[in-house]
Amino acid sequence: MTAQTFSQARSHTEDTGIGSVRYTKQLRNLGLTATVSLFALLVLIAFLMPFAYGLSTAFKDKEMINATANGPIYPAEQSTFTYQGEDLLLFEVSVEDETRTLAMVDRTRRESTFIDPDNPDAGQIVWEGRWQQLDKVWEFSPRYGNFQEAWEGVDFPILLRNTLAIALIGMVGTIVSSIVVAYAFARFPIPGKRILFMILIGTIILPRQVTLVPTYALFAEIGWTGTWLPLIVPHFFANAYNVFLLRQYFLTLPRELDEAAMIDGASPLRILISVIIPQSWPVIVAVGLFHFVFAWNDYFEPLIYLLGKDNLVPIAVGIQDFNFIYDTQPHLIQATSLMALVVPVLIFFFAQRVFMRGVVITGVDK
Amino acid sequence: MAISKTTQRETSQGFNLQQQRRLWGWVFLSPWIIGFLAFGLVPIVASLAFSFTDFNLTSDDPMQFVGLENYRKLLDDPLVGISLEATAKFAAIALPLAVILPVLLAALMNSEYLSGKRFFRTLFYMPYMVPAVSAVYIWGGVLNSETGWINRSLELIGINGPNWLFDITWIYPALNIIGLWTIGNAMLITLAGMQGVPTELYEAAKVDGAGPLTRFRNITLPMISPVIFYNLIISVIGLFRYFDVPYILKEGSGDPNNATMFYNIHLYKEAFLFQDMAYGATLAWLLFAIAMVFTFAIFYSAKYWVYYNAEDVF
Repeated sequence: MTAQTFSQARSHTEDTGIGSVRYTKQLRNLGLTATVSLFALLVLIAFLMPFAYGLSTAFKDKEMINATANGPIYPAEQSTFTYQGEDLLLFEVSVEDETRTLAMVDRTRRESTFIDPDNPDAGQIVWEGRWQQLDKVWEFSPRYGNFQEAWEGVDFPILLRNTLAIALIGMVGTIVSSIVVAYAFARFPIPGKRILFMILIGTIILPRQVTLVPTYALFAEIGWTGTWLPLIVPHFFANAYNVFLLRQYFLTLPRELDEAAMIDGASPLRILISVIIPQSWPVIVAVGLFHFVFAWNDYFEPLIYLLGKDNLVPIAVGIQDFNFIYDTQPHLIQATSLMALVVPVLIFFFAQRVFMRGVVITGVDK
Repeated sequence: MAISKTTQRETSQGFNLQQQRRLWGWVFLSPWIIGFLAFGLVPIVASLAFSFTDFNLTSDDPMQFVGLENYRKLLDDPLVGISLEATAKFAAIALPLAVILPVLLAALMNSEYLSGKRFFRTLFYMPYMVPAVSAVYIWGGVLNSETGWINRSLELIGINGPNWLFDITWIYPALNIIGLWTIGNAMLITLAGMQGVPTELYEAAKVDGAGPLTRFRNITLPMISPVIFYNLIISVIGLFRYFDVPYILKEGSGDPNNATMFYNIHLYKEAFLFQDMAYGATLAWLLFAIAMVFTFAIFYSAKYWVYYNAEDVF
């Protein structure tokens, strides 16, 4: 269609001025699109640069992660040259003012012996100096085995099941309860509403360290520690962040539709379901997504409530298995978090579609 | 206008409808009220009570009432001032960024000239989904002064990069750079706000000859001001809860020279590491009081710059 308009515009260019205006405008839009998209791409590359570092680490050999400043940034291993059944390490050696790639045959502290891989039978070359100071020759060598090692090391399928269950059940709970509470704050004449709302905001500000010990004691008393219940049930009682966000959104919705429905005799619950919620899909999807991602990566609470229950912990805690104080395994941490990222990224990517459809339902074309 | 209509009808139909709506309001509010009592108020009151006792997890002696002992200790504790200062230094960079950058990024993501929107949105949001332990490892590597990619890149253009994570000046920019990685959340909320702005407004402004910048300043910004307000509140609160990144990065040591001894790290160490729950509760209550003052001030300021279609802030 665009191409057609384009050619039409071109064919009219000769005889009418309008065509040339349209042509210029299209060209201008094309230029703007290219500029804006290119700019966004550059920002994105800078933004995701550390992610590439994580990605590279996930494929590295453990010994290579803390390579020195002139080591390669990609997963690599030192190149070798096989001579007479032996793998000889390759180095950059300067011999007679010329840097050559040589294979090391023998080394001592003061001098080392090399052969030329291009001409191994030409004889040995002796180089004087400390071999540790020589530059190594690297070749790209990703270790795919890290993923298998991580998958088995933490029993990834079980972690995935635990994480999904905790995140999804809690998500349903927080969406339903937060919508209802936000609706009350946005639309109903409750005495003392201002004070109640300040208390709600106050619960966000209160550091969780304050309530942690008494809360833990409470859950222990009713036998919930060591189960998912402390991680799920509280979300069925609305969450201050989500109530705040939903309320802000509900306040921007025109009241005329509510009032029309009220005059038609709709109950407040009916108005919520038929008038408010259909206008609010973008923010509801956002709230659901935020909870899902929060639950996916929550570390502190699963750690204390699921202590000693290794078959119930979510991924964020399971990763910690690779973080022993004396034997940290950064490559396995990164491999596990890459695998853990797949589900939320896919959900996010597809949730956007609903997000956009929600926008269309509210009658605002972007 | 809408409000006065409602009020008129409610009064004309008598007290009954008003009462009925109140009842509905309480019903809808009830999940939060029950949850607040069970998971909020009771533990909070218990915590307040702890601050007047010598409650700890190490001794078997029964809890004793000690009056204001913990509050006296608070006044003598040098780390209280140090940790509040660290939080303020971090905030001086973090707050402006938290207000401005999500709006700019959302505007870019909302641009009619951007192609591949879903691709961009997903990727800008993605780092927010990286587990904290893993994100801190990544940044620890990237910000390494010798081998880190940032200093290696700076070296290419002839700049000798700073020792990001071990210099008392550069640690705050470094922590803020790490913090920027989770901007996706605020970006998404701001984007949702921008998409809720009625297109008629833009069309009317276009007819009046307003350029893109004027439209952004006079339509987009006022219309999304409730969302900016939300971002600001959440950022301030986030500052007072700041814990995960510096704690994982420095294992709670406060290095370099207590520059990362943020208030919550101090609190966590007192309460859980040294197991002085009572003093931990006292520290928590001071933090709560400070946070409340700031939040009230921002809520008070809202009426001067936040625009609402339907109602006032409260």
